[in-house]
Amino acid sequence: MSKTREIAVTVNGSVHRAAVEPRLLLADFLRHRVGLTGTHVGCEHGVCGACTVLIDGDSARSCLMFAVQADGRSVETVESLGRIGQMNALQDSFHAHHALQCGFCTPGMLMTATDLLRKYPLATDEEIRVGLSGNLCRCTGYEHIVKAIRAVVASRGEDHE
Amino acid sequence: MKPPAFDYILAENLDMAAAALAQAGAEAKIIAGGQSLVPMLNFRLLRPSLLIDINRIAGLAFIEEAGQAIRIGALTRHFQLETSPLVARHLPVLSRAMTHVAHLAIRNRGTIGGSLSHADPAAELPMLALLLDAELGVASASRTRTIVARDFFIGAMTVALAADEIVTEIRLPKLPQHTGWGFEEIARRHGDFALAAAAATVTVSDGTIREARIALTGVGPTAVRASAAEALLVGEALGTSLTSRVIGAVRSSVEPETDLHASSDYRRHLAGVLAGRAVCAAWRRTNAGAA
Repeated sequence: MSKTREIAVTVNGSVHRAAVEPRLLLADFLRHRVGLTGTHVGCEHGVCGACTVLIDGDSARSCLMFAVQADGRSVETVESLGRIGQMNALQDSFHAHHALQCGFCTPGMLMTATDLLRKYPLATDEEIRVGLSGNLCRCTGYEHIVKAIRAVVASRGEDHE
Repeated sequence: MKPPAFDYILAENLDMAAAALAQAGAEAKIIAGGQSLVPMLNFRLLRPSLLIDINRIAGLAFIEEAGQAIRIGALTRHFQLETSPLVARHLPVLSRAMTHVAHLAIRNRGTIGGSLSHADPAAELPMLALLLDAELGVASASRTRTIVARDFFIGAMTVALAADEIVTEIRLPKLPQHTGWGFEEIARRHGDFALAAAAATVTVSDGTIREARIALTGVGPTAVRASAAEALLVGEALGTSLTSRVIGAVRSSVEPETDLHASSDYRRHLAGVLAGRAVCAAWRRTNAGAA
């Protein structure tokens, strides 16, 4: 076993200190050490998108990053978005549009959509689909996920008017 | 799967990274964005004893104008390239290509230096480096040197870096005046590696092509320039019969592999179609055909 490192990672606003092996994936740190199991681990090689979190505000695969690399960084997981009975607009829209069935991909979809909404106009459904192309869903056929995100884009437009 | 155990150094500057690499040699790997390296570790295709993390080295991520070239720091993330106004203005073919590089979460982390050093046979950036006649600045603990893109890509995931060298920057000449460009890719899913892709530039004066560049990826162990097809274009105006001959020359210049995604014949077919479309788009963008 290689030497452990002391790290301090801000997760959803709280600082978590731990001694970690360099090979510990950020996804496993979040799930097993911090105890936040909302971040799902599907493929462990950056293909399925289920483990997507925000690092200093930018979406990233937590299976393609080591916990030691998050030392001093701010990580946001799906648990930061809202709580039962107090969901954010994106989560409410997923609920309203039935944008999930089994729910395994949902945390990654939500975190990816959060970043997409910040960075791209998402003017067309095609643009939303391209934005979601790195997140696999095996239940919904994506249709309702696209609708849910479309509704958030539309309501955002109304806010600006 | 989980990666095998390794030791880890967080490099504070390039000297520290180069010194650690000089000491550990082929036992060590540089980690930048990690978007190709970490999957290989998770699959245990690689078992380095040491990872040298260059993510926090200040001054390795930049995009700046330097006379007739654009200098790009090796640690520049794909998303920065995709959205850079400087790149959009002087190297629009690169801006377009970046939208095909993986997905946002990967573009937020992946770096140009990492992608070029990894040299996946179906990646976009090696093709763009060849197309745009890139120069790569590399450094080791004892020296720095420049490698031109044509000498850099040796084989599948094999480049001309010595075991102690790190790519530090990429220099790309701006597209000359009166130059049009085209980029075409076919992938199973947007953001996946290309089944085949092509990019082209043509520089025109007096209605005649003075310089043509065509690069391909996904159709061999490395990205390649289609030199024979380029030569057909020089001194000519683009028309249907010339386009057909260019497509033929592109197809006879490649020997793609068959894998579970596509057959060799299909990839060769695509290379021709995509190169033809890219050259036509480049020609249209010069407005030479408008008269």
